[in-house]
Parts: sequence; structure tokens; C-alpha cells
Amino acid sequence: MMKRVYSTISQLKPNVCIVGSGPAGFYCAQQILKLLPQSTVDIYEKLPVPFGLVRYGVAPDHPEVKNVINTFTKTGDNPRVNFYGNICLGQDISLGDLTNAYHAVVLTYGADNDKKLNIPGEDGKNIISARSFVGWYNGLPEDASLDLSLDCEEATILGQGNVAMDVARILLSPVDQLKSTDITEHSLEKLSTSRIKSVNLVGRRGALQVAFTIKEFREMTKLPHVQTVFRNEQLCGVHEASATLARPRKRLTELILKTSNPDESKSNCSKYFRPIFLRSPTEFKLNDNGAITGINFAVNRLEGPLDNQQALVTEDTELIPSGIAFRSIGYQSRCVDSDIPFNEKSCTVIPKEGEF
Amino acid sequence: MFLRNLLCKLPPVVRPNNVHRIHTSVCTRHGEYEWQDPKSEDEIVNITFIDKDGKRREIKGKVGDNVLYLAHRYEIPMEGACEASLACTTCHVYVKHEYLDALPPAEEKEDDLLDLAPFLKDNSRLGCQIILTKELEGIEVTLPKATRNFYVDGHTPKPH
Repeated sequence: MMKRVYSTISQLKPNVCIVGSGPAGFYCAQQILKLLPQSTVDIYEKLPVPFGLVRYGVAPDHPEVKNVINTFTKTGDNPRVNFYGNICLGQDISLGDLTNAYHAVVLTYGADNDKKLNIPGEDGKNIISARSFVGWYNGLPEDASLDLSLDCEEATILGQGNVAMDVARILLSPVDQLKSTDITEHSLEKLSTSRIKSVNLVGRRGALQVAFTIKEFREMTKLPHVQTVFRNEQLCGVHEASATLARPRKRLTELILKTSNPDESKSNCSKYFRPIFLRSPTEFKLNDNGAITGINFAVNRLEGPLDNQQALVTEDTELIPSGIAFRSIGYQSRCVDSDIPFNEKSCTVIPKEGEF
Repeated sequence: MFLRNLLCKLPPVVRPNNVHRIHTSVCTRHGEYEWQDPKSEDEIVNITFIDKDGKRREIKGKVGDNVLYLAHRYEIPMEGACEASLACTTCHVYVKHEYLDALPPAEEKEDDLLDLAPFLKDNSRLGCQIILTKELEGIEVTLPKATRNFYVDGHTPKPH
């Protein structure tokens, strides 16, 4: 005998609100539409236009990564989806307004604050947040007037993730190569006058712990006129350890070792990319005008088992001269509305039923 | 301010009429070829998709079909965020071992991307790089538990 089951969920027409129209927001909308056939989804966005980091975070020389916008657009075209741009949670609208008007509120507004190092001199001139630099070359309105000078030969990026890698690649790419991308005019103009010859990419741990991935690193090794230079003494023991690693880390480590081999180095290079390991910044050195001239680092050593090595500060220090520095040690979320249950320590929203 | 007032007045399921739709440049269509049915028996390449829950779908593909777009045609949940431009890992699949050698070896870039895929195995490939040939007759591809862009797809939430 056939039995019909009516569930209450099919009778309810859930009206869901998503705050933030980046990838998380759109993937979320896509799933809600699929799993709740009666639902409608309203997406709110602080900026006039959607797609968040896909539009403003993905590097201009990686246009194929942005193809996902086509799928998001299809989601946006669904008659059950509405997009409201130029509306900022906590300013134009409050969480209370949303919880009153919707069955569920999903916060996918991301992390737009960058973590700080909290060391002396950090507020000096030409010490730039990587997040702002990315926003500047990608056309994020709030970063359009970023104040930076590329009138120096040495740049240092603090952090060794893929954002750090993007910043290094943009600084070292031939301007002609960038011209064919959708990079902003103002940044292209500035980059074309850049005197930067050498970019340091500094991390507190070693070659086996880098956060950048092989695709991004291989791109650096293939940049025209740019030579990747490791401090070979920092790669001692890396070869021995690489045999025990899982495939992704192993292939990355092998590429690092191969690149560090002088036989593999390119000739006729006018620019240098220098990954430096085992250094934690302790102070920015500033001149009389308050502009950066260099960074003091503590020399670290690693301790612990191979899969969980921690950096420990030693007595040794090193001063690395630098006319510009980029802080690229991660982002954190902000509590944009006082009603949001927010963990101030981890900078994350505390999940609650009905508010994901 | 206007919006706030509006929202307070509206019952939950009613929304304003002035709906703003997202508009970007015209989206390029891919995968048209995969929508054509095989013209003859000779063209047919049978392929089985196994989803993350083990459910099998047997499909009659044809020579030249791209596995990603073929999956899209038959609504198999293989994402393909970068649209086969070799820039993401969301079409990650496991290829039944006996068919691995019938595939052209992965190029360096595919291997570099696979290194970013969660649940990587020795028979991992990107679906968008598999083009059906007669040698692949009967091929089976299995979807992973989750992909990088959409981890939660494979995540079973714990009850509160």
C-alpha cells in the first residue's frame, strides 16, 4: 500500500537570508535552493556588486579561477533568489531586522580584517597589509587610494601562504604580462614605475611547513627574468625528510629542492624571489620620516615531531633591509553587529539554531 | 533606513517587487557536444558514475565526450568550478584502476592541482581532463567524499 507522507518542511516556505555574496554565500544559496524546493533566498551585499573574493581576491593573472562566476550567476538568475547590493549589515540594517523578517539568517560575510603582528613600528609608512594590496590591484573600492611607494629595490612579505605568493608574483611579474589582465589601471601605472628587484618571502617555520601550494610556487619559478633563490643552508635535512611525506607535500618539497639547485637556476635574471625560513619579525626599522627601512627578525629553530614542528625563538637576530613590507599572516572576521553571538578570541561567529 | 522600515513592515514571505537581478557579461556555454546523443553504436562509450554514497549511474557516452560535461548533462554532482580550464579541483574523481593506463598521463598542472584535492588517492584524476575513447569502454569513475570548494557536501553534520 502506498503511504503518503506530508512533512511540515514541504509546507513551510522557508525564507532565508544570506549576508555576503562571496563564494560561501553563493554555494550556500545553491544548496538551500536544491535541498528546500519551496525556499526563497535573499542575498545581501555590502558592495554594489556580488561575488566577493572571486571578484576582488583572485589574482588578475588567474582569470580561469573566476569562471565559477558563471555558476553563481545561474544561481542568481533563479527566480527564487534576490540580490540586494549596497546594504551593509550593522550599518544599513541590523541582525534584529533580519531575524524578524526571515526564517533563517546565514552570515557569510567573510573575514575582512587582517591579523596584526603587534610589534614596534608596525604603523610606519610603507608597511602594507597584503589584503589591502590585493584590494588595490583588484579594484576593491575601499583600497583604491592605498598609499604605497614602490620606489625601493627590496620588498619583504611576511607570511608564506598563497596570498603572500600572489603579492610576490604581482610585484615581480613583467608589467607587459599584467597589461593583458583585468588589473586596475592605477596599480598598473604604479607597478610600471616600480624599482623593486628583490622580494623576500619570510616565514617563521621551515621549508617543510610552507603554506603556499605547488601550483603557485611553480608559477614563480616560471616567471620570466625572475630567479628564485633559497638560502641553501636552510634546506639542510629537507631532502632526507621528504621521503617520508605524503604526495602533495613531497612533490612541493621536491620542487623547492630542485629550484634551489644552482644547475636549475636561470641566467639573465634581473629580479629575485627569495623565500627565507625560520624568522619571526620583532621590529620594523623606520627612518626620520617614519618610513620603513628594514625589519628585525628573531632567528627560530624548529622543535617537535616532523608533522607538528613548532618555531622557537633563539637569541640570534637578523636585520633584513627593506623599503616596503607586506603583512600577509592571515585574515580575521569582525563582529559587525552587536547582536551577533561572536567569539572575540577566535574571531568567529558562535553558531546558533536558525542562525548559521 | 528605508529598507529597515520596509523589512519591519513586511511579513516574512513577502518581498519588495523591485527585484534586482545579478547581471554580468554573457556566460559562455560549454559542453554542447556532450548534449548530442551518440550517432551510432560505434561511437558509444559506456561509463558508470558512482556518487559519494555509492549509487551507480550507467550512462551511454560517446567518443570525444568530456567526463565533466557529460556528468553535468546527466545531473551528476560533479562541480567543475573553473569550467575545465585546469584551475581547480572540483571535478576530482577516482578512476577504476584497470582504466588508468588507458588514459593519457596527467600533465604537470593536473598533478599540481590534484595535490590540493582532499581525499587524494593513487587513482585520482580530474574529470575535466578525461575524454572518452573506445579504449575506455566500461570505465567507472567514483566521486570523492568532498571537494575543496564544497567540503560540507561530504560532511554529515552531528546532531546537536
